Amino acid sequence: MRPLTKCKLNWMPVFIAAVCLVFSSAAFCGAAEKNYKIGGIFSVTGPASFLGDPEKKSMEMAVEQINNNGGIDGHMIEAVIYDTEGDPSKAVMSVSKLINRDRVLAIIGPSRTPTSLAVIPRVQQSEIPFISCAAGNKIVEPVKPWVFKTAQSDILAVASIYQHIKNQGMKALGIITVENAFGESGKEQLLDQAPEFGLQVVRSETFGGKDSDMTAQLTKIRKEGPDAIICWGTNPGPAVVAKNIDQLGIDIPLYQSHGVASPKFIELAGKAAEDILLPTGKILVADLLPESDPQKRVLTDYIKGYENRYDTSVSGFGGYAYDAVNLLAKALEGTGGDRGQIRKNLENIKGHVGVSGVFNFTPADHNGLDPDAFVMVRIKNGTWTLVK
Amino acid sequence: MQEVLQYIFSGITSGAIYAVIAVGFSMLYNSTELINFAHGEFVMLGALSFVTLSGPFQLPLMPAFILSVAGVALIGMLFERLAIRTVRNPNPIVLIIITVGASIFLKGVGMLIWGKDAHTMPPFSGHPPLDIAGAKLLAQSLWIVAILFITVAGLHLFYKKTLTGKAMEACAISQKAAWLTGIPSKFMVLLAFGLSTGMGAVAGVIISPITMSSYDMGTMLGLKGFCAAMLGGLGSLWGSVIGGLLLGILEALGVGLVSSGLKDATAFLLLLFILYVRPSGIIGSVEVERF
Repeated sequence: MRPLTKCKLNWMPVFIAAVCLVFSSAAFCGAAEKNYKIGGIFSVTGPASFLGDPEKKSMEMAVEQINNNGGIDGHMIEAVIYDTEGDPSKAVMSVSKLINRDRVLAIIGPSRTPTSLAVIPRVQQSEIPFISCAAGNKIVEPVKPWVFKTAQSDILAVASIYQHIKNQGMKALGIITVENAFGESGKEQLLDQAPEFGLQVVRSETFGGKDSDMTAQLTKIRKEGPDAIICWGTNPGPAVVAKNIDQLGIDIPLYQSHGVASPKFIELAGKAAEDILLPTGKILVADLLPESDPQKRVLTDYIKGYENRYDTSVSGFGGYAYDAVNLLAKALEGTGGDRGQIRKNLENIKGHVGVSGVFNFTPADHNGLDPDAFVMVRIKNGTWTLVK
Repeated sequence: MQEVLQYIFSGITSGAIYAVIAVGFSMLYNSTELINFAHGEFVMLGALSFVTLSGPFQLPLMPAFILSVAGVALIGMLFERLAIRTVRNPNPIVLIIITVGASIFLKGVGMLIWGKDAHTMPPFSGHPPLDIAGAKLLAQSLWIVAILFITVAGLHLFYKKTLTGKAMEACAISQKAAWLTGIPSKFMVLLAFGLSTGMGAVAGVIISPITMSSYDMGTMLGLKGFCAAMLGGLGSLWGSVIGGLLLGILEALGVGLVSSGLKDATAFLLLLFILYVRPSGIIGSVEVERF
């Protein structure tokens, strides 16, 4: 026993010294580095990969473009990207890794609202600028000093739909929402904002994301005789709703959410998609926009860059990360890598023309977009057409 | 009144799907006393392979139907041969856990082959929905109900009138005794797996036009089918049919008359109630054993 104890006692200080040395040298290396490190966490795989995968690609593309133009104040940007798999606990772990090991200056992502909400306490506590790419309004409401977001909130989507409905002189609405975070948040906004536009929700129904038939809910809505139906969900449920409405012969306008704003929806709903109205970010209809639109040039540049680089058609979601990187790059200028200064700069960005809209951040608004970020489109002959 | 009729029509459509799935569960239980929790995944395989065969491969409906059902039945038999028969200690819990594992495996395979997106296809026939007293009945619903009754009647004849069918029933009563009388009991189990997973594929094929098929559609359908089988009486063909239709109609009425949020709850509460009153199901004759 004795030699072992002795051995332990002798080795302990050496071991501690070695550990100290390793850590201090790592810290030393970090300080000597010229690059600005920024972190990215996206659900690159898993159920929300349709969000995370284009976001990761867009972030890499934006970083490359900035570096090709000489970086920021002579510093190159280095992106460290982790996959959250859409899982909140993995997202929190990735954030800790980015803060403690990679020592990044700011974090972009995650892709989903639940993962974003999960990492916010950690971000706030570590005082690190954070730009989420998720849609949920709760991320920036109430405003948290270090938390920003680039995706359009559902508040704005509901406002665009209601404005359109009001212009048509319709009053009574039936709503049908999916039973998940996206649908619940949409339902809340739909019910909250209806009185502001002088509208009345006469019947509110829900459906399960995997249900094969919604005719019972729709029959119930029809009984109340609404002027229009609004469906809030992500594929494939809303396509089933569209088909069922067609089959039941319900002959009133159907509005869908921006959650189905992709060619996939038209493919799934087939001819039942005809005449459906929905709000969408401008990326989906970039080629239809008039030349006078301030976003036209940014959008075409982004789409061209993305399609050339990855050889796939552009997704409506990658733009959130692209905007986040560009906003961050703007905020990084002249800070020398001081986090507090970056945060302050972000909060004061005005008139940044991005893929998702024109950003005007203020201390009270960390999303910085207005309803103009959305346009209403109508599906005609299997493709989108702009409506005024 | 018109609404109630519409609820019932909706219920019959989803109920007939649950019934076809329940028949698959029942058949396997009948011959092997095994619950295959991967059954929902065979439904998914049937639906997606049918969508692929009739979509990108441009096969007419009938050959696509037969090919996908036969293909899935083959996978089911392979599953029995490779994963079930090779178990050294085949007690029910071990086998059930194997089926759960197979379900996860098949879901993963489905995701790799067909991706995460949902797929769709047009109905079997282009007829407009029928208008009955103001309520709409889809042509595809009629197809589903017709195929349900044709297959169940066929299976009924198979079990009651053919030697192979009777041999399968004998295996269910006692595998050892059946083996002693010269019945190749292992082959019968294999056949039962093929028939049951084939039924799963039939369910997948007939629902692919009315809903969206994706790699993760199987789990919920499997659960509903299992409920329907329990409701009607596990092991009984006609019990499964009644159980499935009842579950579907009650779900639709639950949505229509109570609340859409309580759709699944209404159905599962009813299941609990029926199992409390009649543990062996509505038509069940077999003693239900508790594991």
